[in-house]
Amino acid sequence: MKVLMFGWEFPPHISGGLGTACYGLVKGLAHHNQDIIFVVPKLWGDEEPLADFVNASDVEIDYRERRFKTIWKNLTYLEVSSFLVPYLGPDEFRKFSERVAHDRTDVDESIFSNKFEFSGKYGKDLMMEVSRYALVAAQIAKNKKHSLIHAHDWLSFPAGIAAKEISGAPLIAHVHATEYDRSGESVNKVVYDIERAGVHAADHVLAVSHLTKNTLVKRYGVHPDKISVLHNAVLDTSIIESNFVKKVPEKIVTFLGRITFQKGPEYFVEAAYKVIQKDPNVRFVMAGSGDLLNRMVDRVAELGIATKFHFTGFLKGKDVDEMYAISDVYVMPSVSEPFGISPLEAVRHNTPVIISKQSGVAEVLQNAIKVDFWDIDAMADAIFGLLHYDGISRMFKELGSQELKRLKWEHVAAKLIKVYEKTIKT
Amino acid sequence: MRTICFYFQVHQPFRLKPYRFFDMGEDHYYWDDYGNKNIMRKIAKKCYLPMNALLLDLIHQYNGKFKVSFSISGVCLEQFEAYAPEVLDSFRQLVATGHVELLSETYAHALVSLKSKEEFQASVKKHQQKIKDLFNGYTPKVFRNTELIYSDGIGSMVSEFGYNTILTEGAKHVLGWKSPNFVYTNAHNENLKVLLKNFQLSDDIAFRFGNKSWPDYPLTTDKFTKWINALPKEEQVLNLFMDYETFGEHQWADTGIFEFMRALPHAVFNNTNYTFSTPSEVAENGKVVGKIHVPIPISWADEERDLTAWLGNDLQDEAFAKLYELKELVAKVDDPEIQRDWNYLQTSDHFYYMCTKFFSDGDIHAYFSPYETPYEAFINYMNVLSDFILRLKEYEQDKKSKK
Repeated sequence: MKVLMFGWEFPPHISGGLGTACYGLVKGLAHHNQDIIFVVPKLWGDEEPLADFVNASDVEIDYRERRFKTIWKNLTYLEVSSFLVPYLGPDEFRKFSERVAHDRTDVDESIFSNKFEFSGKYGKDLMMEVSRYALVAAQIAKNKKHSLIHAHDWLSFPAGIAAKEISGAPLIAHVHATEYDRSGESVNKVVYDIERAGVHAADHVLAVSHLTKNTLVKRYGVHPDKISVLHNAVLDTSIIESNFVKKVPEKIVTFLGRITFQKGPEYFVEAAYKVIQKDPNVRFVMAGSGDLLNRMVDRVAELGIATKFHFTGFLKGKDVDEMYAISDVYVMPSVSEPFGISPLEAVRHNTPVIISKQSGVAEVLQNAIKVDFWDIDAMADAIFGLLHYDGISRMFKELGSQELKRLKWEHVAAKLIKVYEKTIKT
Repeated sequence: MRTICFYFQVHQPFRLKPYRFFDMGEDHYYWDDYGNKNIMRKIAKKCYLPMNALLLDLIHQYNGKFKVSFSISGVCLEQFEAYAPEVLDSFRQLVATGHVELLSETYAHALVSLKSKEEFQASVKKHQQKIKDLFNGYTPKVFRNTELIYSDGIGSMVSEFGYNTILTEGAKHVLGWKSPNFVYTNAHNENLKVLLKNFQLSDDIAFRFGNKSWPDYPLTTDKFTKWINALPKEEQVLNLFMDYETFGEHQWADTGIFEFMRALPHAVFNNTNYTFSTPSEVAENGKVVGKIHVPIPISWADEERDLTAWLGNDLQDEAFAKLYELKELVAKVDDPEIQRDWNYLQTSDHFYYMCTKFFSDGDIHAYFSPYETPYEAFINYMNVLSDFILRLKEYEQDKKSKK
């Protein structure tokens, strides 16, 4: 069985969680000696050789293939109707959309050139790249023999659909996050449509959690029988013994992530206020940046807890490790989190975690306190309990390493291979 | 003469309400009255009332040849009084027939026997008094410790308290090749008779009765009497010990559990030479075959039949240690509410909810727990205990300042 897999990014060049998940999955599949062709828009050459990598930027498109024309026809709507740029601020967005409106003819031309240099990022030409990626996918599907197609998230769904049209192989659409997770109720219609087309064109759908599965059933009209839940795992399940030493005497409670609506930072602030009122020997840290950062700073000032509540801004690499290591409690109050890998990182640092029930990771992580994101009383109470009652943090440390061993990518891959086999059969 | 001894454990804890740390020092009422009432009403309807009626029928029908025994915890009796007085009445009716034996235990269904002899005795006395008050001066003669927890040491204490019989689990690792179907005595004190639960046949009724994937499903009275006839002839006593909530609550009415029990005496009298006895009668008439050695405490819980359902993980051990640290302080406080809370807080169920074993197996624990995780159970309990400690300290301060 040869699997043609379409991703958007692959470590070490990643900007989101998608690349990490793809890496873990491919690594797990390699453990089981699975044959994978992994396509990314742009290869950098320093990827770990776990699969037969295909650089979409290198693929030449053969225009004599008539079927490509139909594929293109179905794709053009992406160009015309959308100025979608995730992760751009409103100002940049406006500038960008003006430019695209002017340059539209150029866009078309470059897409139909023989080769196309993908950026492989989530930049302003994202929609164009997604379309071009689909065209390249069709070419790859024609060139490379395969028995199954596996596409990760909406960015590669058009590619998956195009490949299926050429080769006729069954398609698996893997949903790591939906537009509802990213944008709450104000969904981008174009992205939603692509997601919807992807999961409906697919022969089988994978969701990273039951939470995501429910979204797919309720919001995208996918039949529940067509969806398998495939939870994420941890790349390295070893416990990290770090030498970072806390420089303050107080206990530290940490939020680490993008400070955006779906991560629920305001619930963390409100819970902090409740704890600080009862217990002066604690500091709260909000690490990360995002569009709600200023509002959080305002609220902290308004509550008068700024001497106990600190903002670090965006953290990278070693700083992240240090933050986990010096934390006494890690809180992930996400409003909507398809999976959420960061609590598992905290567990690796022997840090007790509180996670919201509205996160996929809550479905697999037993060794955690789970609260509703809106229930700041329960959240505050859990924080207080973890800080004051020794038995519970001892317990977390004891069970943490045990628990991580259950969460290996090779287990996930074994489950995935079963889904592959079933999908090919039917 | 061969005999069957039915013993039913009747217990409901006072469950805690969600108690946040910011309630500490302000709210001193810990109990989930609404939840406790609802659960009591529900179980009364599904189990206590119909089963008590059924047993009363059977006792009348067989003119007292059918008999059973109960151990009802003090905290459960209190909840009958508050939420289901008609259940208490029906138990009184049963006891009044003279064919129902009531056993002694700790008032709060506590684990105190593992911690302090004085507290243990005080708690047993309190329970005795409660039974006396509610059941027309009745004095239990046989002891059943919380969840059948037993060891040689616990047996010695119980014997010193004046009891001559105790019930416990016929745990495999204690019995070895021996059979539970005899009367044994305590290893230190031969005056204390030890009755052992036949867990195979007890659990066939209590746990497996409604399980459709059990090879012996469905369990009929014919099958059951065939099994007990097949026991070696010299084995005289069959102790069937189980939760009373087996009937109608753990095994729902639609499994046929009530019909099974209704038909059982008839089948036993017709197909076998077994009679029915109360624990006192078994102790008096049964043949003593030897001592039973139990150096390390056993119980009837889980596969291990040990204490790990209540004690042993860090959560349980910390909560348990912190609770009993308060023993001396509490003894000095003459306040009915403090004394009440002290009792209710000792109930073993609080520690059962903190068990982490269900992470690997035993969803039994999850079924019985009002908490989603043992961590929540622990935090809630510790919050309450922290407030309780504050109150005790306030009393101490007041006393000092008065002097």
